[in-house]
Amino acid sequence: MEISGAKLVIKLLEQQGIDIVCGIPGGSNLPIYDALRDSSIKHILARHEQGAGFIAQGMARTTGKAAVCMGTSGPGVTNLLTAIADARLDSIPVVAITGQVTSTLIGTDAFQEVDTYGLTIPITKHNFLVQSAEDLLEIIPEAFRLAESGRPGPVVVDIPKDVQKEIIEIAEISTAPAQKAEIAAGDSELIKKAVEMIHKSRRPIIYAGGGCVAADASADLLKFARRNSIPVVTTLMGLGAFPHGDPNYLGMLGMHGSRSTNMVMEEADLIIALGVRFDDRAVGKATEFCKHADILHVDIDRSEIGKIKSSNLSINGDVGQVLHELVEKVEASIRIGWSARIASIRMMYPDVRPDEQDTFHPLNLIRVMGETLPDDAIITTDVGQHQMWVAQGYPFRKPRTLLTSGGLGTMGFGLPNAIGAALAKPEKKVVCVSGDGSILMNIQELATLAEQRLNVKVLIMNNNRLGLVRQQQDLFFEERFFASSFESNPDFASIARGFGITSFDLGEQENPELFLRKVLGQDGPCVINIPINFENKVLPMVPPECANREMIGG
Amino acid sequence: MCRHNFVIDLLVRNHAGVMSQITGLFSRRNFNLEGIVCGPVGDGGESRMILTVAEDSKLEQIMLQLEKLYDVLEFKQVQNHPLTEVFGRL
Repeated sequence: MEISGAKLVIKLLEQQGIDIVCGIPGGSNLPIYDALRDSSIKHILARHEQGAGFIAQGMARTTGKAAVCMGTSGPGVTNLLTAIADARLDSIPVVAITGQVTSTLIGTDAFQEVDTYGLTIPITKHNFLVQSAEDLLEIIPEAFRLAESGRPGPVVVDIPKDVQKEIIEIAEISTAPAQKAEIAAGDSELIKKAVEMIHKSRRPIIYAGGGCVAADASADLLKFARRNSIPVVTTLMGLGAFPHGDPNYLGMLGMHGSRSTNMVMEEADLIIALGVRFDDRAVGKATEFCKHADILHVDIDRSEIGKIKSSNLSINGDVGQVLHELVEKVEASIRIGWSARIASIRMMYPDVRPDEQDTFHPLNLIRVMGETLPDDAIITTDVGQHQMWVAQGYPFRKPRTLLTSGGLGTMGFGLPNAIGAALAKPEKKVVCVSGDGSILMNIQELATLAEQRLNVKVLIMNNNRLGLVRQQQDLFFEERFFASSFESNPDFASIARGFGITSFDLGEQENPELFLRKVLGQDGPCVINIPINFENKVLPMVPPECANREMIGG
Repeated sequence: MCRHNFVIDLLVRNHAGVMSQITGLFSRRNFNLEGIVCGPVGDGGESRMILTVAEDSKLEQIMLQLEKLYDVLEFKQVQNHPLTEVFGRL
């Protein structure tokens, strides 16, 4: 049959099982949009390409499957870059399909021409500049395979307009579902050695990260930890991989982790690092991190092993497969001495909780959220103090229930990711916790939210500040505050109403706690402005470039 | 005195962007690429790329990153490569 490149792109997306794409049309991707018009794929019109990229991320982060965003050449692409770089650092499978100027115009500084290929090399897992419509038959399925296989990541497919319009003759496209890439198992000899190491260890700790979420390894992680009574700490990206409230769970480690968690790690003799990359926010000063412990590192990405910290034993493979083996092979143990020691460390360094009467303390608001929302509610955050309060205070019990920008730390992440999560899981409750600084960085997506009538609540923790910047100026720059306070800040409830979204100011409610519970229980979109005290700090905290045991405050 | 003591021999897919993929990795990771020789092989669908680098602590990481690149089809470290001498005389 005869088909245009643009129609072929859409057919190949359908073949991949894509039912929603998100993007913005423009001059160089109009043929693709014309083809999309005739497709069963639903298109979500974002209001900024960065929003489109993050909506795709929201779908990918909640499902684990590659999601698609689209933009036109030039500014469409440069606007997408932040979301792509964010997906790269958090290993999120996203396929970005971008329009490019006609092949003969590439290199002539044509209207809306930018070097998409060059710009996206350092921030993608891989990228393609498509030379002919026929190449699409190979490139589109390959883009999905790359995005989802091994360590997931973003892939850019840049398609010049003439390639979109090129008519080619092809055989019927198979409707068979795409073949799944093989999952890399760990070497069985190494797993045997790992089991010996675990059996020999007196004070082991599991340090679990985003890799456990990506590998859907939560069930085996739980079995493994329980069977051998090994305490578990998670990274920010690992929150939800292990259920909050389980006796083996010690919470989040690192810069804003619990003091007791970081102190327990100091006493470990074996760190079982599962799907983690020893990020500086998690391990603090790397040379000081768990100095006295052996390290067993399991990761799908060979280049992560030994990158920051050398390990005594490493297994290069899918952490889900390796955990599955470990569950089978590890002996049951109760580790009475170690758990007693941990209990006493936790007594020594109790978590600092705000006074429960202080209704507007963010940790109290987050506690109310945790009590009100079901276990499978999806929480997205922006970046800053509110993000860390959510990480510290919300009881995540299931994987893929926290969507947060861990690696890149992108303000503006929360709202579009919440929209993506609600598109992928319309039956779930989705709450975006944001700040007054962050929400303004993608507030235009309130229009997308209003249009889609999605089940998203947006809570804006409003302290009229860039709170985490202010906190660092307070603690590490002798209170020389600068450029961290907003002299003018909009009335967010009015703004949301202007977008056609129900909104409230929690400060105006007679019984704020009850009101918050009520609103969280309702369906449909809603924005709630929450005035909070700018003096609240995220504590305790490991000062930058310090060891995790050197926590201050709290 | 420049040190070109370490040679990496790559077989890569040959297309307009492949040189950027390889050199971009070095700049992205702040690692110095000392020398580079490249040319098409066979029917021109693939190229051989020979890189010389100074041996230092980042080398292992850069090799692991190179191996991961989609466009890198084969990867070898070569001892005493004749090119090191050629580069030495530049």
